[in-house]
Amino acid sequence: MSLCLVKRWCETPLMRRVLQFKVYRRKIQSDNNRTYTLLRHRWMKRLPVFCSGFRMASTQTHKDTIDLSKFPVDRIRNFCIIAHIDHGKSTLADRLLEMTGAIAKTENNKQVLDKLQVERERGITVKAQTASLIYRHQGEQYLLNLIDTPGHVDFSYEVSRSISACQGVLLIVDANQGIQAQTVANFYLAFEAQLAIIPVINKIDLKNADPERVELQIEKVFDIPREECIRISAKLGTNVEAVLQAVVYRVPAPLASIDDPFKALVFDSNFDHYRGVVANIAVFGGRVRKGDRIVSAHLGKSYEVNELGLLRPDEHPTQKLFAGQVGYIIAGMKDVKEAQIGDTLYLQEQPVEALPGFKPAKAMVFAGMFPMDQSDYPGLRSAIDRLTLNDSSVTVQRDSSMALGAGWRLGFLGLLHMEVFNQRLEQEYNASVIVTAPTVPYKAVLSSAKLIKEHGSEEITIVNPAQFPDRSVVSEYLEPMVLGTILSPDSYTGKIMALCLNRRGIQKNMVYIDDQRVMMKYLFPLNEIVVDFYDLLKSMSSGYASFDYENAGYQAADLIKMNILLNGQPVEELITIVHRARAYSQGKAMCERLKDSIPRQMFEVAVQAAIGSKVIARETIKAFRKNVLAKCYGGDITRKMKLLKKQAEGKKKMRRIGNVEVPKDAFINVLKRKIK
Amino acid sequence: MIKHTLRAGRRAVSPGLRCFSETSGGGVSEDGLERTSSPPLTKQASLYVHWPYCLRRCSYCNFNKYIPRENNDPVMTECLQRETETLLQLSQVSCITSVFFGGGTPSLAHPSTIAAVLQTVSRRAYLSDEAEITLEVNPTPVGKSKLEDFCRAGVNRFSIGVQSLQDEDLKSLGRDHSSHQALQAVEEARRLCPGRVSVDVMFGRPKQSVASWEKELSELLRVCDDHVSLYQLTLERGTQLFKQVLGGGVTVPGEDVMAEMYRCARRTLHQDGLLQYEVSNFARHQAVSHHNTGYWKGRQYIGVGPGAHGRFVPLGEGGVLREARTQTLDPDAWIREVQQRGHGTRRRIQLSHLELLEEVLVMGMRMTDGINHKHWEMFSPQLGLREVFGTTSDVQELLQSGHLILDDRGLRCSWDGLVLLDSILPALLVELERQISPRLQIDHHGDGQTKSQTSSPP
Repeated sequence: MSLCLVKRWCETPLMRRVLQFKVYRRKIQSDNNRTYTLLRHRWMKRLPVFCSGFRMASTQTHKDTIDLSKFPVDRIRNFCIIAHIDHGKSTLADRLLEMTGAIAKTENNKQVLDKLQVERERGITVKAQTASLIYRHQGEQYLLNLIDTPGHVDFSYEVSRSISACQGVLLIVDANQGIQAQTVANFYLAFEAQLAIIPVINKIDLKNADPERVELQIEKVFDIPREECIRISAKLGTNVEAVLQAVVYRVPAPLASIDDPFKALVFDSNFDHYRGVVANIAVFGGRVRKGDRIVSAHLGKSYEVNELGLLRPDEHPTQKLFAGQVGYIIAGMKDVKEAQIGDTLYLQEQPVEALPGFKPAKAMVFAGMFPMDQSDYPGLRSAIDRLTLNDSSVTVQRDSSMALGAGWRLGFLGLLHMEVFNQRLEQEYNASVIVTAPTVPYKAVLSSAKLIKEHGSEEITIVNPAQFPDRSVVSEYLEPMVLGTILSPDSYTGKIMALCLNRRGIQKNMVYIDDQRVMMKYLFPLNEIVVDFYDLLKSMSSGYASFDYENAGYQAADLIKMNILLNGQPVEELITIVHRARAYSQGKAMCERLKDSIPRQMFEVAVQAAIGSKVIARETIKAFRKNVLAKCYGGDITRKMKLLKKQAEGKKKMRRIGNVEVPKDAFINVLKRKIK
Repeated sequence: MIKHTLRAGRRAVSPGLRCFSETSGGGVSEDGLERTSSPPLTKQASLYVHWPYCLRRCSYCNFNKYIPRENNDPVMTECLQRETETLLQLSQVSCITSVFFGGGTPSLAHPSTIAAVLQTVSRRAYLSDEAEITLEVNPTPVGKSKLEDFCRAGVNRFSIGVQSLQDEDLKSLGRDHSSHQALQAVEEARRLCPGRVSVDVMFGRPKQSVASWEKELSELLRVCDDHVSLYQLTLERGTQLFKQVLGGGVTVPGEDVMAEMYRCARRTLHQDGLLQYEVSNFARHQAVSHHNTGYWKGRQYIGVGPGAHGRFVPLGEGGVLREARTQTLDPDAWIREVQQRGHGTRRRIQLSHLELLEEVLVMGMRMTDGINHKHWEMFSPQLGLREVFGTTSDVQELLQSGHLILDDRGLRCSWDGLVLLDSILPALLVELERQISPRLQIDHHGDGQTKSQTSSPP
C-alpha cells in the first residue's frame, strides 16, 4: 500500500494538501511572556506584514556572535517536526527551544514559533518558521536546525520544501488520538524524501493516553519498529531530552561540502517593508558571505547579499553561512515572487545546476472576494496586496460581478489556505469581505479549431464559471481529482462510506490500522469536498474522523453549466458548473437559499435552476398580500419615515433582474461559504 | 379602566353634532380648509393633547403611558395648559382647527382638565364652536359615566376603544372592560354625540380566524355609529404579547390570514356604507376624522403633553422651516420642564424641503383619495406630481400593474394598491429624492446650466 502511494506521490505534483480545519482551539493565555507580547506589539505596529518582528527586535539585542565555522557539517542536523493538527508540534518546538537556550524557559512559552494571530488562535501553524538550536551533547556542540513546517497539507508544498532542506523528521503522534489522516500524509512526504523518521508519541501524560496502541499503529501503518518510538510529554517536558539525542544519533548530517560552489535552497520567504524579502535558505554547498553577488536560478536575476545569519528563532546576523547550515538571507529582493519557495541560489561567478523539484505553487481552490461596500475597494486592494506580498502562493485576478461590484478572484492552495487568508484579512487589516463559495479549476478540451487558435491551446482552464465553453465546442471536460485519506473509528465506517459515495467518491483501499480504527482511501472530485465535506465528516463521526487529501490530476467528467433564473431571467453571478449527477441537488439547494433571502415582492417570483432551457428545480416566492402599516398618525410619522427611508435606500442598492429586486445579501447568502 | 388602544390615540371620529354645535354631519366639508381661500399653512394648526396615564398595561401596547403612583391630575392639568399656551405662542397660529385628546387613557382625566385645556386654547387662538374636539375613551362603566361631563367640557366626538367583541380576547389583551360594557359605552356616546362616535377594533388577534372575524364585524356593524377604525394587531417589541409570541406560547394569524381579514373587512364595511377613506379608517355620511385627516394632509399640528409630537413652524421665534418636535416622554420630567421653562420640548428637527415633501407623500398616500394636484402644489409649487412621478419606469410599472393611479385628480393608490402601500412608497420616495435633490443642487450651480447652453453651437 505504501508503495503504491509513494508511486502516486511521484506521479503527482509535489503538492499535497490536507483539509484540516481546526476545530479545537487552543486557549492563548493572556499572561503571555511579557517580552514576547511586547515584541509582538511593536512588530505589529511597525510592520504591516508578519514574520519578521521578532527578528527585528532581536538584531538589536544580540551582542554575542556565533562562530559558525565551529560547526562542520558532521556537527549539523537539519530536521523538522510533522504532525497531525493539535498533536503537539508547536509545544514540542517550544520545549526544544527552551532546552537549548534559544529562548528563556518560562511558563509562558506557548507556540513561540506560531507568530500569526490566526496561528495562535486556531492552534495551527501556517507559516513555516526556523530555529537554529545549539545543543551540547557529550562534550560536543551541535547545531540543530529545526525547520518548523506548516501543519496543513494545504501548505504541503511548503512542507515538502521544508522537508527537502532536512535529513530527518520527528513524526509526532498523539498518544490518545493515535494516527490521523494528516499523520499519514506527512509520513509519506518524509518517506518519499528518504528522511530519517523518528516517531514521537506525545501527550503520554493524558489520562486516556495509550502509547502501546499507538506504537502498534505506527508499526502496522508505517512499518517502523515500535522500539524506535520515543514517548514524551512535550507539555511537561518529560523525556524531551531523548528527542534531542535521537536527532543527534538518528538524523544523518547533511550531505554538503564546504568545498563545493555555493548552492542554497530557498525553503521559505517573508516580506519586510523595510528590508525587502527575507529568504530562508538551506546551504547545500560552499559558503556565502555578506557582499557576495548571488543569482536566483528561477528568474536568473542577481542580487547582492546585504545581510545573513541564523534564526534562533530571532534573526541573528553572522558574517557567513556554511554548507549544511540553515539561515536567512537578505539580498535586496523587492517581491516574494523573486524568492520563490523551492528556488536555488548560487554565486554569480559560479553557476550550478538548480536543485530539482522546483514548481511554482498552483492554486486549486478559487473564490471571489468583494468589498462589503464598493467604497472599501481601494482599502481592500491594498490589504490583499500586502498579504500576497508575503504569500506568493495566492493568485490574484481582477473580477467583477454585477451584484457584488468590483473585486478579485483569488486562487488558493486549498480551503484552509483560503480560510486563513480571509481571517488574516479581517484580523490584521480589518477588512470586511464577501467571499463567494469556492470553486475549482475545471478544464475543457476544445474541439473547435477556431477556439483553439484563439486560446493558443487545445486545453483551457476555466476558473470563472461565466467563461465555461459550450458543449458544442468542447470534446471533453475535465475536473480536478484528489486522493483522500480518512481515518476513523470503525463504528462510523458505514456512514462515512455513504457520504463518500454521495460525493462521487471511489474507494481505493480500506485497512484496519488497529482493531478499532480504519483507514480508507477514496478518489474524489475536488469539487465534492471543497465546501462542506469535512464539516459533515466531522459531525457524523462525533469529531473522530480525520481527513486529508492530495491532488490526483484531472479526469474526464460530465460537467454542465447551470443557470439560476428569476422569473425567467438568468442571473449571471450565480452561474455554476456542476456534475450532471449533482445538478438537481445543487440547483435545489441554491433555489432554496435564494428563496430565503429574497424579500417578498408585489408579485410572485419564480426561482429556478435550469440546464440549457430545461428547468430542473423551482422555488416560489409568494407575492405580498398585504403590506401596509395599520396605524399612522401624527406621533408615528418619524418612525414610519425612518423605516421607509431605509427601505428606499435599500432599494437603490438592489440589483434588478428582470422585474425582481434582489438585495445584495441574497447573492451573498447564496454565494458565500456557509459558516458553521 | 385601561384605555384602549395601542399607540397614541387619535383615531376615530365622526362629524356630527355636539353639545354646542347644532350642525349636521356634513357641516364641515372635507376640503373646506383648502377650498375656503386657503389661509397659509402656517396660520393654523390642530392640537394633540397627550394624557400619559393608564390604570394598567395592555399586552400589545408599546405606547408612551405610565401607571400613576399618585394622583397628580391638578399638576398635570396646569402643565398641559401651560405648555399649550407656550406652544401656541411659539407657533403664532391664529386658529386651532381641531383638538384631539389621546393617551394613555385620557378618559381617566377629570372633565375639568379637558375644559381647562380647551379654555386655554380659546384664550390664545380662535377655536370654532364647530371645531372637532375628540376624546379617546376606554369603554368601562366609569368611562361611560363620565361621557356626559366630557361633552359639557367641550368634547364633541368620541373615539371608543372597543377593540374586540370577544370577552376572552379582551381579557388576554389585558383590557379592563367586557364587550357588553363597551357596547353600553358606545350607546351612551351615540346618545350624546350622534353621528360623531368612532369605534376602534383590532383584528389579527391571537387565535382569531377569518370566520370569527366576519361574525364579529357584522355584530359590530349593528351597533357602531358612522365611523370605524380597524387596526391589524401589530406585534411591538417590548410588549408582553411580543414576548409571548416569540416564546411560542401565543400564535397570531399568518400573513395570508391577516390579508384575508383585512380584505373581508374592507368589503363588508363598504357594503354597509362605511367607505374607506384611509388605510385603517372608514366613515359613513362623510363622518371622517378631521383631526386625523390633518395629519394625512400634511397640515400643521401642535403636540402637547408627555411624548407628544408636533409639526409646525415656530414663527414666534422667527423660524421659517417646519419642525418635527417631540416632547419629553417621562411625565415627571416633562412636568418639571414645563414648570421651569413653559414647555417640555425635548427634540426639534428642522425639516428640509425634501423631508417635508416626503412626509406629505407618505401620509397623503394613505388616503383613498391620495394626493390631489392642488394639495401637492401647496407644498411643491415648482414641481408638480406629474413632473416628479410621471416619467420613471418604476412608477410606470406600478401604474401599468394597476396599483397606482396618476390622473387629473392626482396621485393615489387603487383599491388593490392600498393594501401594498408600503411596497409602493419606497419606489416613490426614491423618485422624489432623485427629482428634488438634483434640482436643489442645480439651483446652487446655476453656471453649469449656462455653460451647457452656450456650448451648443448655433
